[in-house]
Amino acid sequence: MLDKNGIAKRIAKEVQDRFYVNLGIGIPTLVTNFVREDINIEFQSENGVLGMGPFPFEGEEDADIINAGKQTITTLAGASFFDSATSFSMIRGQHVDLTILGAMEVSENGDIANWKIPGKMVKGMGGAMDLVASAENIIVAMMHTNKRGESKLLKKCSLPLTGVGCVKKIVTNLAVLDVTENGFRLLERAPGVSVEEIQNATEGTLIIEGDIPEMN
Amino acid sequence: MINKKVNNVTVALQGVTDNMTLMLGGFGLCGIPENSIAQLVKLNVKGLTCISNNAGVDDFGLGLLLQKHQIKKMISSYVGENDEFERQMLSGELDVELIPQGTLAERCRAAQAGFPAIYTPAGYGTEVAEGKETREFDGKMHVLEYAFKADFAFVKAWKGDEAGNLIFKGSARNFNPNMCGAAKITVAEVEELVQLGSLDPNQIHIPGIFVQRIFQGETYEKRIEQRTVRQRS
Repeated sequence: MLDKNGIAKRIAKEVQDRFYVNLGIGIPTLVTNFVREDINIEFQSENGVLGMGPFPFEGEEDADIINAGKQTITTLAGASFFDSATSFSMIRGQHVDLTILGAMEVSENGDIANWKIPGKMVKGMGGAMDLVASAENIIVAMMHTNKRGESKLLKKCSLPLTGVGCVKKIVTNLAVLDVTENGFRLLERAPGVSVEEIQNATEGTLIIEGDIPEMN
Repeated sequence: MINKKVNNVTVALQGVTDNMTLMLGGFGLCGIPENSIAQLVKLNVKGLTCISNNAGVDDFGLGLLLQKHQIKKMISSYVGENDEFERQMLSGELDVELIPQGTLAERCRAAQAGFPAIYTPAGYGTEVAEGKETREFDGKMHVLEYAFKADFAFVKAWKGDEAGNLIFKGSARNFNPNMCGAAKITVAEVEELVQLGSLDPNQIHIPGIFVQRIFQGETYEKRIEQRTVRQRS
C-alpha cells in the first residue's frame, strides 16, 4: 500500500518533458518532490504564476508571491506573472498539458466530486471546475477509500459534481486505474496489494484483464 | 493627461452607499485593496454585494466587513479559512454564490470589455449550471454566464501615476487588472504613486482609461496566510 508520498511518486512518472503542469492542493503538491531532474517542465499556479520554484528560504518570503494554496513561493528563471483571466485562458484554452488534482469521489464514467459536502463543508470550487472542464489530461490523486472505509471509486458520485466525464486516470494508495467507457480498468497494483483487495475497495465497475503488474 | 489622482481614501470612496455591488481584487490576502476595505469599514455601509475571489480571513480583508455584517451577498470561488463567513452562510444571514474561478475572472473581463455574456465549459453538468442556458460548440457543452454589473471596483496595484496607469507586482496582480473598468467607477490604490512620466509606457499593465480614481495607500500590512519556507542546507 502507498502513502501520500508514494502516490505522488507514482504520478510523477506521468509527467513528461516540456509539460506545463497544474497541481491541486494536497497530494498533488507533493508531486514536485519526485519529478525527474533530467526533464524540463513548468508548474502553473492558477492565481497567476508560471514557472513556480520551491518555497523561499526563511526571511526571504514575499507576501506578493504566493501559489494557489496561498503559500509563499519563489519563481525560477523564465517565470512569468499574469492576471486571473489570462491564467484561466491557459487552462480553458488547453495550453496546460497536465492537471493533477485531489477528489472526494470519482465515478466509473469519469465524473468527479471534490468541492462540496452539502450542509458540512462549503469552501467553494476555486479553479477546479475550470480545470476539469477543459483539461485533456487529468490525473486524480486520492486515497482509494474515505475515512469511514467506503470506496471513493463509485458507479455514480453521491456528492455535488465538479465536472462530468473528465477524469482519465486515477492513482490511489492501492492502484493505478484508467477510466474507460466500460468502467475503471485496473492497470497496476500498489506494492503488496492484491487484486481482491482492490476489487473489495472499488464500488464501481472494475475491469481486470490478464495479470495486473505490481507498480515498481 | 487626464488626472485621476485623489488625495486620500476618503475622497476615493465618495459615492459609496448602502446596497451597492462592489468588486474587490485580490487572491486570498494577496493584492487586496487594504486601504479601501478599511474605509468601507469606517463608512459602515451595509447591504453590500461583494464580488471577490475570496472572503478574507476572520480579522483581515473582507472578513472585517463580515464581522460588522456589512455584506449581504458574496460572489466568490473559494471561501475557506473564515469561520465567521461559514457561520453567517450556514445560518442564512449571508447569501453566497460560489462560481468557478475562471468564470469569475471572465465575468469581470466581459464587463470590462463590453461583452454582455460569455460561454464557458466550466461547470457544465454541475449545480453551477442549473437554470442557465447551455449550448453545444464543436461537440462540447458550454454554459452562458453574464458579465457582472457593479457600482465600484476596488483594485490594488504596486505602482501607478496620476493618469491612472497601473503596474502590478508578482501574484498580487490576480483579479485586479480584470476588475479595472468593469464597474461604473474603478478606484485604484497603489503602494507608490510615482511622478508622471516615470513609468515606461511599454511596461504598463493597465492603461489609465480603465481607472477613474487613483490614490496612494497610507500603509500596507500585506499579511501572509501560509508562510512556507525551506531550510538552508
